[in-house]
Amino acid sequence: MPYFLLETKRDSAMKQKTDVLQGTLALMVLKTLHVLGPLHGYGIARRIEQISGDLLAVNQGTLYPVLLKLEQEGAIASEWGASENNRRARFYRLTREGRKQLQLETQDWQQTAAIIGRFFEAKAEDLS
Amino acid sequence: MRSLRRFFTRIVNSATRRAHDERLREEIEEHIALETAENLRAGLSPVEARRQAILKFGAVEATKEDYRAERGMQFIEIFLQDLRYALRVLRKSPGFTIVAVLTLALAIGANAVAFGALNALVLRPLNVPDAQSLHVIGRAIDQPGYESYPNYIDLRDRNHSFDALAADDFAQVGLDTGDGPSLAWGFKTSGNYFDVLGIQPYLGRVFHASDEHGPNSAPYVVLTYAYWHTHFHDDRSVVDRMVQVNKHPFTIIGVTPPEFCGTFVAFNTDFFVPIVNQEQVDGENVLDARGNRSMNEMLGHLKPGVTPAQAVADLNSIGSDLERTYPKDESQVTFALSRPGLADVFGGAIRTFLTGLMLLAGLILLAACANMGSLFAARAADRSREVALRLALGASRKRILRGLFTEALLISLAGGAVGLWGSVLLLRGLSRWQPFPEFPINVPLSPDANVYWTALLLALVSGFLFGAVPVKQILRTDPYQIVKSASTFTAGRRLTGRDLLLGAQIAICAVLVTSSLVAVRGLARSMRSNLGVEPTNAMLVDTDLKRAGYTGNAIPAMQKRMIEAMEEVPGVTSVGLVGLYPPLHMGWDTSKVFNDTTSDLRPSNAAAEAVTYSVSPEYFHAAGTALLSGRAFTWHDDKNATRVAVTNEEFARKIFGSVTNAVGRYYKMSDGTRIQVVGIVEDGKYTANLAEDPQPAMFLPILQLPSNETWLVVRSSLNPQQLGGAVRTKLRQLDKGLPSFIQTWDKEMNGALFASRMAAISLGVLGMMGAMLSVTGIFGMAAFSVSKRMRELGIRIALGAQRKEVLQAALGRSFKLLAFGSATGLLLGILASRLLALIVYQATPRDPLVLSGVVLAMALLGLLATWIPARRALSVDPLILLREE
Repeated sequence: MPYFLLETKRDSAMKQKTDVLQGTLALMVLKTLHVLGPLHGYGIARRIEQISGDLLAVNQGTLYPVLLKLEQEGAIASEWGASENNRRARFYRLTREGRKQLQLETQDWQQTAAIIGRFFEAKAEDLS
Repeated sequence: MRSLRRFFTRIVNSATRRAHDERLREEIEEHIALETAENLRAGLSPVEARRQAILKFGAVEATKEDYRAERGMQFIEIFLQDLRYALRVLRKSPGFTIVAVLTLALAIGANAVAFGALNALVLRPLNVPDAQSLHVIGRAIDQPGYESYPNYIDLRDRNHSFDALAADDFAQVGLDTGDGPSLAWGFKTSGNYFDVLGIQPYLGRVFHASDEHGPNSAPYVVLTYAYWHTHFHDDRSVVDRMVQVNKHPFTIIGVTPPEFCGTFVAFNTDFFVPIVNQEQVDGENVLDARGNRSMNEMLGHLKPGVTPAQAVADLNSIGSDLERTYPKDESQVTFALSRPGLADVFGGAIRTFLTGLMLLAGLILLAACANMGSLFAARAADRSREVALRLALGASRKRILRGLFTEALLISLAGGAVGLWGSVLLLRGLSRWQPFPEFPINVPLSPDANVYWTALLLALVSGFLFGAVPVKQILRTDPYQIVKSASTFTAGRRLTGRDLLLGAQIAICAVLVTSSLVAVRGLARSMRSNLGVEPTNAMLVDTDLKRAGYTGNAIPAMQKRMIEAMEEVPGVTSVGLVGLYPPLHMGWDTSKVFNDTTSDLRPSNAAAEAVTYSVSPEYFHAAGTALLSGRAFTWHDDKNATRVAVTNEEFARKIFGSVTNAVGRYYKMSDGTRIQVVGIVEDGKYTANLAEDPQPAMFLPILQLPSNETWLVVRSSLNPQQLGGAVRTKLRQLDKGLPSFIQTWDKEMNGALFASRMAAISLGVLGMMGAMLSVTGIFGMAAFSVSKRMRELGIRIALGAQRKEVLQAALGRSFKLLAFGSATGLLLGILASRLLALIVYQATPRDPLVLSGVVLAMALLGLLATWIPARRALSVDPLILLREE
């Protein structure tokens, strides 16, 4: 088997995984900022860890590319501020656009979740 | 919308990369510090707290990578990386880079020049509105293009196919704008000329058909923008100013727009005058002469819906009517349409020539690409270990190929840029160049956007072409095998397509080298050959007395005064006068001569067609033509004396059978005049082609064959500038209304040498290109075969092979190709030289200097091309090699 065929397959598999992760992470970031107001990266990571359990137990670093992406899309904004221990930290806050995006995606998510939920609850006789 | 915004942010980010890296680093630090503090609070030791924090954060480098990928334009960054890498690699092998860039620069430059010429002369339409439906009418057979004025009037008024028909002809006049007359070139045109072409004046007005009221009724001049700009310095008050055209008062009525300078592309027009004033412009009236086909061209727009074929049928029916009505003047009046501009003149010769040139240039580029391909293959073979290592370290093949293509494109674009730069310089230079000093002809080749785009496209295409050659090699690379052992190539014994191509290329190169050497030798010989005149230290003064209003008996009187005036110039040793053209000019006159015994003087009974000159008594002395026997003329050989002639040896041989007894004998002209030969001069060259065979020539006394065209031959050893100034002053004292063109005879000869010079130059250029291509071709092949067989060569050396044997093994095939190619080329070149003999004087390949020159040149080329690979093959150290591979 030529090497390069294997490689392309592996590449695309990895890409898909990160895309899914990024999608859910982004939504969690938005919701966190919505609930708690401006926060630095560590604060966001802590909050997501507390609520989601082990999603960010390892690889907290993956959060930062997501933050950057959201900032580039205009959903969040960031500025330098002082953290609890009085060090320079970057604080992220939700923008108006981010609020709108969160609202939309929450609806989407709930809709999807409801459908999937109903699907899983369905019994054999319901489907026939 | 969102993704668009992200895209733009990313572009900005690519530029501010450093600041962002810094920001991420700071954020990561802060994150880990906070997590460490948290862990400390949970009771971990400081070291463990930090360790845990770092573990939890995950791979920092991976995060940074993701972050960067998220932030910037990844493909641009990869491209920039590839670019940096390619630049580094190319810098490491400057020899290869320079050879490659120069090869492509030459090949792409040749294409840009050929395309630039094709574009400017053939593809670009005439710069007039609606050029697509504009057609030029010419005779289908016999002297295409020319027509007499009465015929033009008939065609114009009786055809049903054209909106209107305009006609034009060249004109050379003495134009006096207030500070003495100077020579000016332009067109005399029909009144409707500007209306037919749709040209609006830039300033003032142009003339119209309504201005024509019979002969000499419209003394108006329309200037071209260029002439107005250089001679009147954009003075807008020039309109309605009176000027003198050949001493006749004319009024400047307007200026044409800058982009229009007549319908003959290569001609630098100064002015336009109405053709009804033809008599004042040319000195004699030909407007009523139906047999005098003096009009240069007729042109007009086809009516909507009329096809060219219908138009030709329409014109031909008028033509056959003309045949019936004027049987004395006309026969076989059929017409053909052609495009205006240079594309179709000379029977489409320019189009054919340029298409051929373009094809040739394309072939050169293809050959260059093939050579570059083999060079790249050789490099890829050299770098197979590097490639294998990169593959083993996890680089994708796509990425490696991308790097290779970046390298190829970099080289091709650099080559394209250099080539384009050179060709633009060349085209600009050619546009400014006036090959014939006394004619305002130059070829407008200025490159436009089309040329630039073509060069860019060619560069990209050729980059991809030769970049694709090593692709298969890379894809097949098996890192495991290569890292473990060595390259697995085996030297093929089969004759491959590439070998044949290279052989053909070498043969073509040898042909070109042979031909250019033959041409250069011929040229050198023709400079030394006996011209029958001595152009060095002679000045030619070209005037036309009719331009200053002289007629009848005033002409010879003035000519005599001019000769005497020139003789008064200090330092002048002799002054001669020749009517119409001097020998070796672009134009010449011939007349049919008959044996004295012939009584039926039909053209077919003529004994010879002799080049004819009418000269003053001192001419032979001044021109440096040796009088072999008999006498020269005196001023007593006038209208009342016996008609006499001085002929050359060839004439005597042709008419009288021998030179010795020719003096004193008679021959006849076509009008029956008997002429006595009084002297014999040496043979010489007469037409503007130094390769001509000996021609019969006769010289008649100027008083017996008067001519208003006057060329003075002023012989003096003074320096040309000084002499020119003195001659000009003297002429002005004599008649300041007489425009003249003064230059040395050597310069005038440029016209005669033009064809053979052009042949030598273009063959030389092609020979250089062929040589360059052969060098890179042989170099590529030799380098490839050496690097493929390094191991084998190492073993041979280890086993005790001598240097000679190593070289034979490594380069044997290249040398064989070179030898076969050169021999074939030399043979073909010798055959081709027969063709060359038509334009280059005494072009003969059976010249030891040429033969040895070719052999030497090809040997040098071979040496040059194989030098580096040979050194490499010889420097193979078996110990290092066997240990390494």
